[in-house]
Amino acid sequence: MNPKRCAACRYLRRRCPKDCVFSPYFPPNNPEKFACVHRIYGAGNVSKMLQQLPVQTRAEVVESLCFEATCRIEDPVYGCVGIISLLQTQIQKTENLLARTQAEIAVAQTKHSQNQHSEFM
Amino acid sequence: MASSSSNTYNSPCAACKFLRRKCMPGCIFAPYFPPEEPHKFANVHKIFGASNVTKLLNELLPHQREDAVNSLAYEAEARVRDPVYGCVGAISYLQRQVHRLQKELDAANADLVQYGLSTSTPGNVVDLVFQPQPFPPQPLNPVYRLSGASPVMTQQPRGTGGSYGTFLPWNNGHDQQGGNM
Repeated sequence: MNPKRCAACRYLRRRCPKDCVFSPYFPPNNPEKFACVHRIYGAGNVSKMLQQLPVQTRAEVVESLCFEATCRIEDPVYGCVGIISLLQTQIQKTENLLARTQAEIAVAQTKHSQNQHSEFM
Repeated sequence: MASSSSNTYNSPCAACKFLRRKCMPGCIFAPYFPPEEPHKFANVHKIFGASNVTKLLNELLPHQREDAVNSLAYEAEARVRDPVYGCVGAISYLQRQVHRLQKELDAANADLVQYGLSTSTPGNVVDLVFQPQPFPPQPLNPVYRLSGASPVMTQQPRGTGGSYGTFLPWNNGHDQQGGNM
Protein backbone atom coordinates (compact mmCIF):
# COMPACT_ATOMS: atom_id res chain seq x y z
CA MET A 1 0.00 0.00 0.00
CA ASN A 2 1.29 3.40 -0.88
CA PRO A 3 1.19 5.46 2.33
CA LYS A 4 1.14 8.63 0.28
CA ARG A 5 -2.25 8.02 -1.30
CA CYS A 6 -4.78 10.77 -0.69
CA ALA A 7 -7.87 10.00 1.38
CA ALA A 8 -10.00 9.72 -1.76
CA CYS A 9 -7.79 7.16 -3.45
CA ARG A 10 -7.45 5.19 -0.24
CA TYR A 11 -11.22 5.16 0.11
CA LEU A 12 -11.67 4.17 -3.52
CA ARG A 13 -8.89 1.60 -3.21
CA ARG A 14 -6.98 2.78 -6.20
CA ARG A 15 -3.57 4.10 -7.06
CA CYS A 16 -3.14 7.84 -6.39
CA PRO A 17 -1.66 9.39 -9.53
CA LYS A 18 0.62 12.41 -9.40
CA ASP A 19 -2.08 14.60 -10.95
CA CYS A 20 -4.91 13.24 -8.80
CA VAL A 21 -7.66 15.86 -8.72
CA PHE A 22 -8.57 14.98 -5.13
CA SER A 23 -5.18 14.80 -3.45
CA PRO A 24 -4.63 18.54 -2.72
CA TYR A 25 -7.94 18.69 -0.87
CA PHE A 26 -8.37 15.30 0.77
CA PRO A 27 -5.24 14.59 2.78
CA PRO A 28 -4.79 11.04 4.10
CA ASN A 29 -5.01 12.19 7.70
CA ASN A 30 -8.69 13.14 7.30
CA PRO A 31 -10.54 10.18 5.79
CA GLU A 32 -13.94 11.30 7.10
CA LYS A 33 -13.90 14.37 4.89
CA PHE A 34 -13.90 12.38 1.66
CA ALA A 35 -16.22 9.73 3.03
CA CYS A 36 -18.78 12.42 3.81
CA VAL A 37 -18.56 14.09 0.40
CA HIS A 38 -18.58 10.78 -1.43
CA ARG A 39 -21.64 9.60 0.43
CA ILE A 40 -23.72 12.58 -0.69
CA TYR A 41 -22.29 13.55 -4.05
CA GLY A 42 -20.28 10.60 -5.27
CA ALA A 43 -16.63 10.68 -6.28
CA GLY A 44 -17.45 11.05 -9.97
CA ASN A 45 -19.62 14.11 -9.46
CA VAL A 46 -17.06 15.77 -7.21
CA SER A 47 -14.30 15.06 -9.71
CA LYS A 48 -16.40 16.58 -12.52
CA MET A 49 -17.19 19.66 -10.44
CA LEU A 50 -13.54 20.21 -9.57
CA GLN A 51 -12.32 19.71 -13.11
CA GLN A 52 -14.78 22.28 -14.43
CA LEU A 53 -13.43 24.99 -12.13
CA PRO A 54 -10.18 26.93 -11.98
CA VAL A 55 -7.58 25.43 -9.69
CA GLN A 56 -7.50 28.47 -7.43
CA THR A 57 -11.18 28.02 -6.50
CA ARG A 58 -11.11 24.28 -5.82
CA ALA A 59 -10.16 24.42 -2.15
CA GLU A 60 -13.20 26.55 -1.40
CA VAL A 61 -15.41 24.30 -3.52
CA VAL A 62 -14.30 21.28 -1.50
CA GLU A 63 -14.87 23.05 1.80
CA SER A 64 -18.36 24.14 0.81
CA LEU A 65 -19.21 20.66 -0.49
CA CYS A 66 -17.98 19.17 2.79
CA PHE A 67 -20.11 21.55 4.76
CA GLU A 68 -23.22 20.81 2.75
CA ALA A 69 -22.57 17.08 2.85
CA THR A 70 -22.14 17.18 6.63
CA CYS A 71 -25.40 19.08 6.98
CA ARG A 72 -27.18 16.57 4.78
CA ILE A 73 -25.88 13.62 6.78
CA GLU A 74 -26.97 15.29 10.02
CA ASP A 75 -30.35 16.29 8.61
CA PRO A 76 -31.26 14.03 5.68
CA VAL A 77 -34.52 15.91 5.05
CA TYR A 78 -33.37 19.53 4.87
CA GLY A 79 -29.59 19.52 4.84
CA CYS A 80 -28.11 23.01 4.90
CA VAL A 81 -31.38 24.44 3.60
CA GLY A 82 -32.58 24.08 7.17
CA ILE A 83 -29.94 26.56 8.23
CA ILE A 84 -31.11 28.99 5.55
CA SER A 85 -34.68 28.71 6.81
CA LEU A 86 -33.65 29.30 10.40
CA LEU A 87 -31.56 32.31 9.46
CA GLN A 88 -34.40 33.80 7.42
CA THR A 89 -36.79 33.26 10.32
CA GLN A 90 -34.33 34.82 12.74
CA ILE A 91 -33.83 37.80 10.45
CA GLN A 92 -37.54 38.43 10.29
CA LYS A 93 -37.93 38.14 14.08
CA THR A 94 -35.02 40.48 14.69
CA GLU A 95 -36.33 42.99 12.15
CA ASN A 96 -39.74 42.97 13.85
CA LEU A 97 -38.16 43.43 17.26
CA LEU A 98 -35.95 46.22 15.96
CA ALA A 99 -38.95 48.01 14.48
CA ARG A 100 -40.81 47.67 17.78
CA THR A 101 -37.83 48.92 19.75
CA GLN A 102 -37.37 51.89 17.43
CA ALA A 103 -41.07 52.74 17.82
CA GLU A 104 -40.68 52.61 21.59
CA ILE A 105 -37.69 54.92 21.34
CA ALA A 106 -39.71 57.38 19.28
CA VAL A 107 -42.52 57.36 21.88
CA ALA A 108 -40.02 57.74 24.71
CA GLN A 109 -38.29 60.62 22.93
CA THR A 110 -41.64 62.38 22.45
CA LYS A 111 -42.59 61.95 26.10
CA HIS A 112 -39.18 63.11 27.20
CA SER A 113 -39.48 66.27 25.09
CA GLN A 114 -42.97 66.97 26.46
CA ASN A 115 -41.77 66.53 30.04
CA GLN A 116 -38.86 68.85 29.51
CA HIS A 117 -41.19 71.44 27.95
CA SER A 118 -43.68 71.30 30.80
CA GLU A 119 -40.88 71.67 33.39
CA PHE A 120 -39.98 75.03 31.92
CA MET A 121 -43.61 76.23 32.00
CA MET B 1 -48.28 18.42 -1.77
CA ALA B 2 -46.61 15.78 -3.92
CA SER B 3 -48.23 15.36 -7.28
CA SER B 4 -49.81 12.07 -8.08
CA SER B 5 -47.67 9.51 -9.81
CA SER B 6 -46.82 10.57 -13.32
CA ASN B 7 -46.07 7.11 -14.58
CA THR B 8 -49.20 6.82 -16.59
CA TYR B 9 -49.13 5.57 -20.15
CA ASN B 10 -48.04 8.77 -21.83
CA SER B 11 -46.40 10.83 -19.03
CA PRO B 12 -43.22 9.44 -17.56
CA CYS B 13 -41.82 11.49 -14.72
CA ALA B 14 -39.07 14.00 -15.41
CA ALA B 15 -36.47 11.67 -13.96
CA CYS B 16 -37.34 8.74 -16.17
CA LYS B 17 -37.59 11.03 -19.19
CA PHE B 18 -34.12 12.37 -18.41
CA LEU B 19 -32.73 8.89 -17.82
CA ARG B 20 -34.51 7.58 -20.91
CA ARG B 21 -36.11 4.70 -19.18
CA LYS B 22 -39.58 3.37 -18.65
CA CYS B 23 -41.35 5.02 -15.73
CA MET B 24 -42.60 2.04 -13.78
CA PRO B 25 -45.45 2.02 -11.27
CA GLY B 26 -43.98 2.85 -7.90
CA CYS B 27 -41.12 4.88 -9.41
CA ILE B 28 -39.51 6.57 -6.44
CA PHE B 29 -38.96 9.78 -8.39
CA ALA B 30 -42.39 10.12 -9.95
CA PRO B 31 -44.23 11.89 -7.09
CA TYR B 32 -41.54 14.55 -6.80
CA PHE B 33 -40.29 15.17 -10.32
CA PRO B 34 -43.27 15.99 -12.50
CA PRO B 35 -42.68 16.06 -16.24
CA GLU B 36 -43.52 19.77 -16.31
CA GLU B 37 -40.33 20.57 -14.37
CA PRO B 38 -37.50 18.91 -16.26
CA HIS B 39 -34.91 21.34 -14.92
CA LYS B 40 -35.55 20.22 -11.36
CA PHE B 41 -34.33 16.70 -11.95
CA ALA B 42 -31.64 17.82 -14.36
CA ASN B 43 -30.05 19.97 -11.65
CA VAL B 44 -30.39 17.32 -8.96
CA HIS B 45 -28.91 14.70 -11.25
CA LYS B 46 -26.03 16.96 -12.22
CA ILE B 47 -25.00 17.64 -8.63
CA PHE B 48 -26.01 14.56 -6.67
CA GLY B 49 -26.60 11.84 -9.25
CA ALA B 50 -29.73 9.71 -9.59
CA SER B 51 -28.43 6.78 -7.56
CA ASN B 52 -27.38 8.98 -4.64
CA VAL B 53 -30.82 10.61 -4.62
CA THR B 54 -32.46 7.19 -4.70
CA LYS B 55 -30.37 6.09 -1.73
CA LEU B 56 -31.20 9.26 0.20
CA LEU B 57 -34.92 8.90 -0.46
CA ASN B 58 -34.93 5.23 0.46
CA GLU B 59 -33.50 6.13 3.87
CA LEU B 60 -36.42 8.44 4.59
CA LEU B 61 -40.04 7.90 5.47
CA PRO B 62 -42.48 8.60 2.61
CA HIS B 63 -43.87 11.73 4.27
CA GLN B 64 -40.36 13.19 4.49
CA ARG B 65 -39.42 12.69 0.87
CA GLU B 66 -41.12 15.69 -0.70
CA ASP B 67 -39.28 18.15 1.54
CA ALA B 68 -36.06 16.21 1.04
CA VAL B 69 -36.39 16.40 -2.75
CA ASN B 70 -37.23 20.09 -2.62
CA SER B 71 -34.23 20.83 -0.41
CA LEU B 72 -31.98 18.80 -2.70
CA ALA B 73 -33.36 20.69 -5.70
CA TYR B 74 -32.74 23.97 -3.91
CA GLU B 75 -29.16 23.03 -3.08
CA ALA B 76 -28.56 21.75 -6.59
CA GLU B 77 -29.86 24.93 -8.17
CA ALA B 78 -27.73 27.02 -5.81
CA ARG B 79 -24.69 24.97 -6.77
CA VAL B 80 -25.42 25.29 -10.48
CA ARG B 81 -25.72 29.08 -10.12
CA ASP B 82 -22.65 29.33 -7.87
CA PRO B 83 -20.40 26.35 -8.53
CA VAL B 84 -17.86 27.46 -5.92
CA TYR B 85 -20.01 28.18 -2.86
CA GLY B 86 -23.50 26.86 -3.61
CA CYS B 87 -25.86 27.31 -0.65
CA VAL B 88 -22.96 28.23 1.60
CA GLY B 89 -22.83 31.62 -0.13
CA ALA B 90 -26.42 32.28 0.87
CA ILE B 91 -25.73 31.16 4.44
CA SER B 92 -22.78 33.52 4.66
CA TYR B 93 -24.89 36.42 3.40
CA LEU B 94 -27.69 35.68 5.85
CA GLN B 95 -25.25 35.35 8.74
CA ARG B 96 -23.93 38.80 7.93
CA GLN B 97 -27.49 40.16 7.94
CA VAL B 98 -28.21 38.57 11.30
CA HIS B 99 -25.02 40.03 12.72
CA ARG B 100 -25.85 43.49 11.37
CA LEU B 101 -29.39 43.42 12.71
CA GLN B 102 -28.22 42.22 16.11
CA LYS B 103 -25.82 45.16 16.34
CA GLU B 104 -28.64 47.55 15.39
CA LEU B 105 -30.90 45.98 17.99
CA ASP B 106 -28.24 46.22 20.67
CA ALA B 107 -27.77 49.90 19.84
CA ALA B 108 -31.51 50.50 19.92
CA ASN B 109 -31.80 48.74 23.28
CA ALA B 110 -29.00 50.89 24.63
CA ASP B 111 -30.91 53.99 23.49
CA LEU B 112 -34.04 52.70 25.17
CA VAL B 113 -32.22 52.15 28.42
CA GLN B 114 -31.34 55.85 28.43
CA TYR B 115 -35.04 56.58 28.75
CA GLY B 116 -35.38 54.16 31.63
CA LEU B 117 -37.13 51.61 29.45
CA SER B 118 -36.06 48.16 28.29
CA THR B 119 -37.45 45.64 25.92
CA SER B 120 -39.10 42.57 27.31
CA THR B 121 -36.65 40.27 25.56
CA PRO B 122 -33.08 39.59 26.66
CA GLY B 123 -30.19 41.29 24.91
CA ASN B 124 -29.17 38.45 22.70
CA VAL B 125 -32.29 37.58 20.77
CA VAL B 126 -30.30 35.87 18.07
CA ASP B 127 -31.31 32.51 19.33
CA LEU B 128 -29.26 30.51 16.94
CA VAL B 129 -28.00 27.14 17.91
CA PHE B 130 -24.55 28.08 16.64
CA GLN B 131 -22.55 31.22 17.16
CA PRO B 132 -22.01 33.39 14.08
CA GLN B 133 -18.35 33.49 13.17
CA PRO B 134 -16.48 36.72 12.61
CA PHE B 135 -16.87 37.80 9.01
CA PRO B 136 -13.86 38.19 6.78
CA PRO B 137 -13.65 41.39 4.74
CA GLN B 138 -13.70 39.62 1.40
CA PRO B 139 -17.30 39.02 0.28
CA LEU B 140 -16.21 36.04 -1.78
CA ASN B 141 -14.86 34.23 1.26
CA PRO B 142 -17.92 32.93 3.00
CA VAL B 143 -17.95 31.99 6.65
CA TYR B 144 -18.87 28.39 6.70
CA ARG B 145 -16.57 27.17 9.42
CA LEU B 146 -19.00 26.54 12.21
CA SER B 147 -18.25 25.76 15.77
CA GLY B 148 -19.24 22.29 16.83
CA ALA B 149 -19.92 19.27 14.71
CA SER B 150 -23.19 20.45 13.30
CA PRO B 151 -24.41 23.93 14.02
CA VAL B 152 -28.16 23.91 13.80
CA MET B 153 -29.00 20.26 13.73
CA THR B 154 -27.88 19.50 17.27
CA GLN B 155 -31.18 20.73 18.60
CA GLN B 156 -33.42 19.47 15.87
CA PRO B 157 -34.77 15.95 15.70
CA ARG B 158 -32.95 14.13 12.96
CA GLY B 159 -34.79 13.78 9.75
CA THR B 160 -38.08 15.08 11.04
CA GLY B 161 -37.69 18.51 9.57
CA GLY B 162 -37.87 20.17 12.99
CA SER B 163 -39.45 23.59 12.90
CA TYR B 164 -38.27 24.56 9.43
CA GLY B 165 -41.73 24.29 8.00
CA THR B 166 -42.58 27.93 8.49
CA PHE B 167 -40.22 29.50 5.99
CA LEU B 168 -39.03 27.02 3.46
CA PRO B 169 -37.23 28.74 0.59
CA TRP B 170 -39.27 26.91 -2.02
CA ASN B 171 -42.47 28.35 -0.56
CA ASN B 172 -41.42 31.67 -2.11
CA GLY B 173 -41.51 33.46 1.22
CA HIS B 174 -44.90 32.15 2.24
CA ASP B 175 -45.17 30.18 5.38
CA GLN B 176 -47.12 26.98 5.40
CA GLN B 177 -50.06 28.75 6.98
CA GLY B 178 -50.23 30.95 3.92
CA GLY B 179 -48.67 34.07 5.40
CA ASN B 180 -45.86 36.08 3.90
CA MET B 181 -42.30 36.37 5.10
